[in-house]
Amino acid sequence: MLIYQHSRSGRRATAQAPLQTADLSTIPERFRRQQRAALPEVSEMQAVRHYTKLSQQNFSIDTQFYPLGSCTMKYNPRGCNSLAMLPEFLARHPEAPADHSQGFMACLYELQEILKEVTGMQAVSLSPAAGAQGEFAGVAMIRAYHDARGDTARNEILVPDAAHGTNPASAVMCGYRVREIPSGADGDVDIEALRQLVGPQTAGIMLTNPSTLGVFDRNIEAIATLMHEAGGLLYYDGANLNAILGKVRPGDMGFDVIHVNLHKTFATPHGGGGPGAGPVGVSERLQPYLPVPMVARKDEHYHWLTEENCPESIGRLSTFAGNAGVLLRAYVYARMLGGEGMERVAEYATLNANYMLKRLTDAGFDAAYPERRATHEFILTLQRQAKELGVNTMDFAKRLLDYGFHAPTTYFPLQVPECLLIEPTETESREELDGFIDALCRIRQEAEEHPEQVTGAPYNLPVKRLDDVRAARELDLVWRPDNN
Amino acid sequence: MPFIPHTEEDLQEMLAAIGVPDIETLFDEIPTTLRCGKLTRLPQAISEMEVAGLMSARASQDGAPVCFIGAGAYDHHIPAAVWQLASRGEFYTAYTPYQAEASQGTLQVLYEFQSMMAALTGMEVSNASLYDGATALAEAVLMAVRANRKSRSGRVLVPRSLHPAYRRVVQAMVGKQNIELVELPFDPAGGHTDPAALAAFEGQDIAALVIPQPNYFGVLEEVDLLTDWAHANKALAIAVVNPVALALLHPPGTWGKEGADISCGEGQPLGAPLSSGGPYLGFICCRQKLVRQMPGRIVGRTRDLDGKIGYTLTLQAREQHIRRSKATSNICTNQGLMATAATIHLALLGSEGLERVAAACHANTRSLVQKLTALEGVEPLFSRPTFHEQVLRLPIPADGVLRQLSAQGLLGGLDLSRDYPELGDTILVCATEKRTKPEMDNFQLKLRAILRC
Repeated sequence: MLIYQHSRSGRRATAQAPLQTADLSTIPERFRRQQRAALPEVSEMQAVRHYTKLSQQNFSIDTQFYPLGSCTMKYNPRGCNSLAMLPEFLARHPEAPADHSQGFMACLYELQEILKEVTGMQAVSLSPAAGAQGEFAGVAMIRAYHDARGDTARNEILVPDAAHGTNPASAVMCGYRVREIPSGADGDVDIEALRQLVGPQTAGIMLTNPSTLGVFDRNIEAIATLMHEAGGLLYYDGANLNAILGKVRPGDMGFDVIHVNLHKTFATPHGGGGPGAGPVGVSERLQPYLPVPMVARKDEHYHWLTEENCPESIGRLSTFAGNAGVLLRAYVYARMLGGEGMERVAEYATLNANYMLKRLTDAGFDAAYPERRATHEFILTLQRQAKELGVNTMDFAKRLLDYGFHAPTTYFPLQVPECLLIEPTETESREELDGFIDALCRIRQEAEEHPEQVTGAPYNLPVKRLDDVRAARELDLVWRPDNN
Repeated sequence: MPFIPHTEEDLQEMLAAIGVPDIETLFDEIPTTLRCGKLTRLPQAISEMEVAGLMSARASQDGAPVCFIGAGAYDHHIPAAVWQLASRGEFYTAYTPYQAEASQGTLQVLYEFQSMMAALTGMEVSNASLYDGATALAEAVLMAVRANRKSRSGRVLVPRSLHPAYRRVVQAMVGKQNIELVELPFDPAGGHTDPAALAAFEGQDIAALVIPQPNYFGVLEEVDLLTDWAHANKALAIAVVNPVALALLHPPGTWGKEGADISCGEGQPLGAPLSSGGPYLGFICCRQKLVRQMPGRIVGRTRDLDGKIGYTLTLQAREQHIRRSKATSNICTNQGLMATAATIHLALLGSEGLERVAAACHANTRSLVQKLTALEGVEPLFSRPTFHEQVLRLPIPADGVLRQLSAQGLLGGLDLSRDYPELGDTILVCATEKRTKPEMDNFQLKLRAILRC
């Protein structure tokens, strides 16, 4: 039932609004709204009940194991939430002068320093609002660097076929053409193919390492050398940083620019699709181009770096300073972990993934890259089950929901047929992993004995399988009184 | 170990199951030459109790000044229920609803959000949020250039009366895609974009015209004339609106003869705390016929196998995870939780509640302006009608005045000299429904004292 269907004309929940309506005579009639917007009219309790019940129709980290590959669905500590929501932080206006902002700015400054250390980069800007905006910022800086040198013939960005779709989309937004690099049979970038594609037209390469194939690219040093010799720069997509935190740093691998998804590695909540935060870090030569604003410190006093102090900056990517509340959550998390805690994140995330990979392959499932170690995630391919049993990956995924587990990422990366990309994260217990493994084995048994039981799933959720074709063909995107 | 559940026994059994002697072995594919040592430059771990002490001290260090700044972020009352509900773990810790059957809560909320935003703006369709107001406008500009097949120029007219940060963000985001942003001057007396100033562009190839309502100065633009001009010149009309103002002002869908083509803006006034500028939420709505050019997530209502109503992400063929380099935008993670809060906020206020909020902001700002302009040398800069912000001229430089006010716990507006040096010693003030008469009297008193010195 929609909130609109609880609505009755004349019902009021306006305890939250000022009691009286005010004089509007100074707004001429031609500017005035003639008809009220169709918003629901419900009591406060009706709204509370409605949205509470809706929340209960969600899977979430707080209620289910959520092994969505490349999304790092780890526990979101409550302390980070409550401390970022202290009343003074919530009430701080973005244009408040620096004198009224020293506490807030100290947190941002220290977060910049923490991210510099864990990524091995020279400087950090926190402002990008999500990973994709961080990618845009990174590629824009690569372009600004080449442009500043008069090296304007470089019009291509290289992207592996396993990359997130945001990579090529971000490169195009910066005015580049995208060339795709194939992955080799072992999951590493096909370095010979790369050699053929690199040239004077290459502006840079965007890599995720570990890649979305769930393996660490062992040729990264050779790739970095190849790119740098050709005059191109290396962009690091931080989506999988959780796997290597405190073990190996993008800066040490030869990357020139990176973004970090704080909503993944730094445990800020995913919120049903954001807000995230995608700070960017750079090597020395890209520092002048970082997006503004940033926080600097002089004589124990914090001040903003803006367009005025950073004339070569690629500019501003949000009205104010990005998703500040998310940054505060990440800062609190980083302080609770410390250096040692960060290393443990990578260690236990990797332990959990390798444990699951081993147990699942022992149980007869096929790993996409059986000869490789898992990183913090790994890929199973259900191609054999799909062929032999007529039960595909999506069917397995939907049936997992019935067993009370959120499905892993499905059908991504695109080049592994019938794949499940599984990322358990470090915050899951062994019992939870075992439960998931048992469920997958049981579903396979169901698929062997009663395939329709799997292909018809899910059964235990608020709705059965939804008609996506109808959704796209008979578009119904907004409720109206005549569209009940 | 913070947030890691493994016991020593778990660890040993899991290592044995994998068949490795220790965790370190699991990292043996990483070339040893690349491995970093200990991260010694990071601070030592501290407990939740200690970090709570630190954060509380920093929060109180910043204090809680009384805020008369608007300028794109507004201090509205947020009903208690909004964040109690939005902070529920089931909303707060879910992700993008890729598995629709397990995400009906988030999906239905987003469908309701789309419905409410379409109703407020008077447009046919809405998406499920973008990052913030400025990036929403950048996406709207890209969308308009894609959609306007009659235009080849990629020229977009942007009024100087639009928020300066929006103009910068749009430049940063669209500047590399053969789009030219042309600045339109504002009328020095009225503070609005004089429709007559558009005559210079008559007959030229223009892809879109950006129309803010109200504009950065709080001034109401002649939206009907501007929209009609755009359409007469084969340009798309892009509205940039404050959603609270729309409770009182006629919505973009009804501007001019045909209505605006795209409406976007900052959703912060709908339930997002000021929070230093984020997280907020951008919104974008458009005509039905442009929906396939719209960026970002879109939720559709459909049926399940039994014919029961359900919700799912739709039109995904526009998006980066399907279309990759040919996508309408690179956006993936957006501001879902803020859209959830905005939906609950709107459900609690309803049209009448929102109207009262808007009217109270308008009245408070008028009242504040009356009090301040009663002081000698303080006068309103522009003559035209305003919504809930106004530009005031001061007899002495603004930065000194604001600094003295701020030292006394009062943020007395925004100094415009940085972005509009041509306006001289001016400030932009705003009094939302939360500002009380004593606070405004106090502002007057303090300003009087400063001006007398």
